[in-house]
Amino acid sequence: MTQVPPSPSHGPVLAIRGLRTEFRSGRNWYPAVRGLDLTLNRNETLAVVGESGSGKSVTALSILRLLPEGGARIAAGNIELDGKDLLTLSERDMDRVRGDRIGMVFQEPMTALNPTMRIGDQVEEALRIHRGLDRAAARREALALLEEVKLPSAAQRMHEYPHQFSGGMRQRVVIAMALACRPQVLLADEPTTALDVTIQAQVLSLLDELKRTYGMSMMIITHNLGVVALIADRVAVMYAGQVVEEAPVRSLFAMPRHPYTEALLRATPRVDEDAGTLAPIPGQVPSIRAMPPGCAYAPRCPLRRPPCETEVPPLQADGDRLLRCWVRNNERIAA
Amino acid sequence: MIRFVIRRVLLALPTLLAMLTVVFLLARVVPGDPAQVVLGDQATPEALAALRDRLGLDRPLSAQYIDFLGGVLQGDFGTSLTTGRSVVTEVAAVLPYTIDLTLSALFVGVLFGMPLGILAAVRRNAWPDYATRVLSLVGLSFPAFVSGILMLLAFAIQLQWFPVIGAAALDDPAGRIHALVLPALNLGLIMTAYVTRVTRSSMLGVLNADFMRTARAKGVSRRALVWRHALPNALIPVVTVVGLYLGTLIGNSVLTEIVFSRPGLGKLILNAISMRDYTLLQGIMVIFAACVIVANTLTDLVYGLIDPRVKY
Amino acid sequence: MTAQLEAPSSAGPRPSALAQAFRSNQTTWIGAILLAAVVLAAVLAPLLAPHDPLQQDILVRLEAPSAEHLLGTDAYGRDVLSRLMYGARISLLVGFASVIAAVTLGGALGIIAGYMGGVIDQLIMGVMDVLLSFPTLLLGLMVVAVLGASLENLIVAIAVTEMAPFARIARAPTLVLREQGFVEAGRALGFHPVRIMAVHILPNLVAELAVMASLWLATAIRTEASLSFIGLGVKPPTATWGGMIREGFENILDAPWLALFPSLAVLITVLALNLLGDGLRDAIDPKLRRE
Repeated sequence: MTQVPPSPSHGPVLAIRGLRTEFRSGRNWYPAVRGLDLTLNRNETLAVVGESGSGKSVTALSILRLLPEGGARIAAGNIELDGKDLLTLSERDMDRVRGDRIGMVFQEPMTALNPTMRIGDQVEEALRIHRGLDRAAARREALALLEEVKLPSAAQRMHEYPHQFSGGMRQRVVIAMALACRPQVLLADEPTTALDVTIQAQVLSLLDELKRTYGMSMMIITHNLGVVALIADRVAVMYAGQVVEEAPVRSLFAMPRHPYTEALLRATPRVDEDAGTLAPIPGQVPSIRAMPPGCAYAPRCPLRRPPCETEVPPLQADGDRLLRCWVRNNERIAA
Repeated sequence: MIRFVIRRVLLALPTLLAMLTVVFLLARVVPGDPAQVVLGDQATPEALAALRDRLGLDRPLSAQYIDFLGGVLQGDFGTSLTTGRSVVTEVAAVLPYTIDLTLSALFVGVLFGMPLGILAAVRRNAWPDYATRVLSLVGLSFPAFVSGILMLLAFAIQLQWFPVIGAAALDDPAGRIHALVLPALNLGLIMTAYVTRVTRSSMLGVLNADFMRTARAKGVSRRALVWRHALPNALIPVVTVVGLYLGTLIGNSVLTEIVFSRPGLGKLILNAISMRDYTLLQGIMVIFAACVIVANTLTDLVYGLIDPRVKY
Repeated sequence: MTAQLEAPSSAGPRPSALAQAFRSNQTTWIGAILLAAVVLAAVLAPLLAPHDPLQQDILVRLEAPSAEHLLGTDAYGRDVLSRLMYGARISLLVGFASVIAAVTLGGALGIIAGYMGGVIDQLIMGVMDVLLSFPTLLLGLMVVAVLGASLENLIVAIAVTEMAPFARIARAPTLVLREQGFVEAGRALGFHPVRIMAVHILPNLVAELAVMASLWLATAIRTEASLSFIGLGVKPPTATWGGMIREGFENILDAPWLALFPSLAVLITVLALNLLGDGLRDAIDPKLRRE
């Protein structure tokens, strides 16, 4: 596989600014993502981490504009792909972006495939839509893709149906589908969560390898810091719909600054430690219907001070990282 | 495929046997002496004894049961007490009318019900959805004879578009179809209501499925999403439920036949009941049971054809 | 479903679900109001009915609706409105009695089948499956034809046809509940199976059975009307809707209203129950509620 030359344009491939995504409950709308800023650079793997309910998946769905209709809306912000705002595109133009310039891998391989369509047809579909390939050409291309994601005996198996595949194999198919048109950006939403541990590592290294060969940028969403350590270049930690800390992967693991990041790291099992030392984070993510007025993490935070509970801390630069914390930012200023 | 068919048919046999047993037992719990019931109070003891002997009523229940099953196996469903002709002959004479009616109702139901159900699901919570939901609930609330009478009043009596008697001789194709329109629409509209509801809910379930989002993430257009991805999946439960509904359809066809004075199994049942012809009633029930089982087995086979997850 | 079944504290119908059914769905209201009107007319028939429903008057046969007879008179000169109101009593009585019988019997059999398992389960559900295989109307028709047409036999026949669905609905969650901690604890403490089934399992099923009952009540009333129409209902001269339609049908060319009014009465009652049951089911079905 030849190296794809880097895209000629400059700047980040994907830039999210001030994104606010709201969900409806009864007559009211509540924000699940609250003023999110996030950039994805070329050839970069960005990991977005956080507990469930932190708005990670909502962010990914917002990028592709796949939020449930009627139940969710993007209320503010913009999402630029190569400088072009996706939120202003017509639905038809958006269809040209989906699957062509941005591919997506979903969390649940067991339900992500159409049970009544053959595997090969599902992989071919994007090629036929975006590349306008005829049946035979699309089939050849699909076969090459399935071989590339290391589906054993792909030539035969592409005529089978999803229920004849294991979870790991299905996820490979989903990846092949997402990559079919060589997208610039791959969004992977918890791509390994539903898989067995041994399969997880295989799928992750496959993603990493493909990202390199294709010269893609990848945004991987996960709650598993082990995944992050394996493949990410940069990490954004999300909490209650906001980024609370963003840093290169090494710095983040070496010295987490935000108390939430610290807690996440303590709650992650490590090979070199007993499971007994795991410290679950007490309390839970606030409901989007009952956001605390100040720092969203304050109710669970051991470092909390009076201002934390009344005012939202800003996301401030701190060396090679961004940090949203009254206490830690002030420590730095005081020092 | 053939093995699948054989297996399905074998699986249906115990159900058929059980249904036959229920019919047999029901026909034996007639209070009092069936012979007396049939012949009336003035019957002579000799006549009663002769009839009892003919019906095998003085033999033990188990022997009667074996006779009954043996008869069914040989295609002998007994002899009508009133006409003296075999039940098979009686049924065969009217069965084409009932089949005409049931199949055309099924056709009407699928023809209108599926598109309406799809429309309602795709335009969920918009006016097409509300309209089809209310209309289909109204349709389901109609007892078949009530809707039949209303149609008869409107189209046959007031407007005189169709004959009041919903049948014509079997050798008059045009008249047969003309006469069939009202009864078939009557039965078909109830079926439409049902198919609409089932299609809508099945379609809604599929539209919210994970794989639909995967397809959208590939850039599949809305139209292709509905037709290529949603519909084949939504059809699977629709087929099953429609198959299960055939029993109710047969029941409703009885009422429709009565309202439109059509010959058919419904009329035959009515005659059997009013003449207290229990062997005829029993025979008709056996035939209904067989129809239901054939319908269920066919449903399973179709299901196997459209759902790749079903192995032959 | 599993979440709902985890704790015994979630037992019984959630009051919020009932409120939800009425809050979120105007059609539920329409159903409730229509049904209330029918029930009221039935209960108060002796007070409200303008005439004696059985009073014949040869001089006013087949009269069109007028001030004296709001919905006209039938072939015997009886007041159609009064007969409709009294007919409602039979329809509702047969409907409620048969569904209560069906839910009690079917529910009990389903719980026993699910809880006991093994041969008992197979036997009970086998019989239920056979009952389910018969078209409802035909099974009811056969039972009444054999037993003879009477109020009691109608109730028995309809109960028989509607028992099986309740058994199915009661059995499935029982299978799950049987494995739950609080049921096993009861078993370990040596409680009598009947007590466990009645105290620990039944309350968890009440909500679902109740919703189903309201939908099957609609079917029961429709079946009663159908059987009466065929001539297998409560014997004349008692007023029943199905019977009135049958008599009206015989005079359909001279006096179409005779068939029309009782037809509408059946339709409205069945529709009301369907609207109500539908709203309740939407509110109680956790899968639908999440959407």
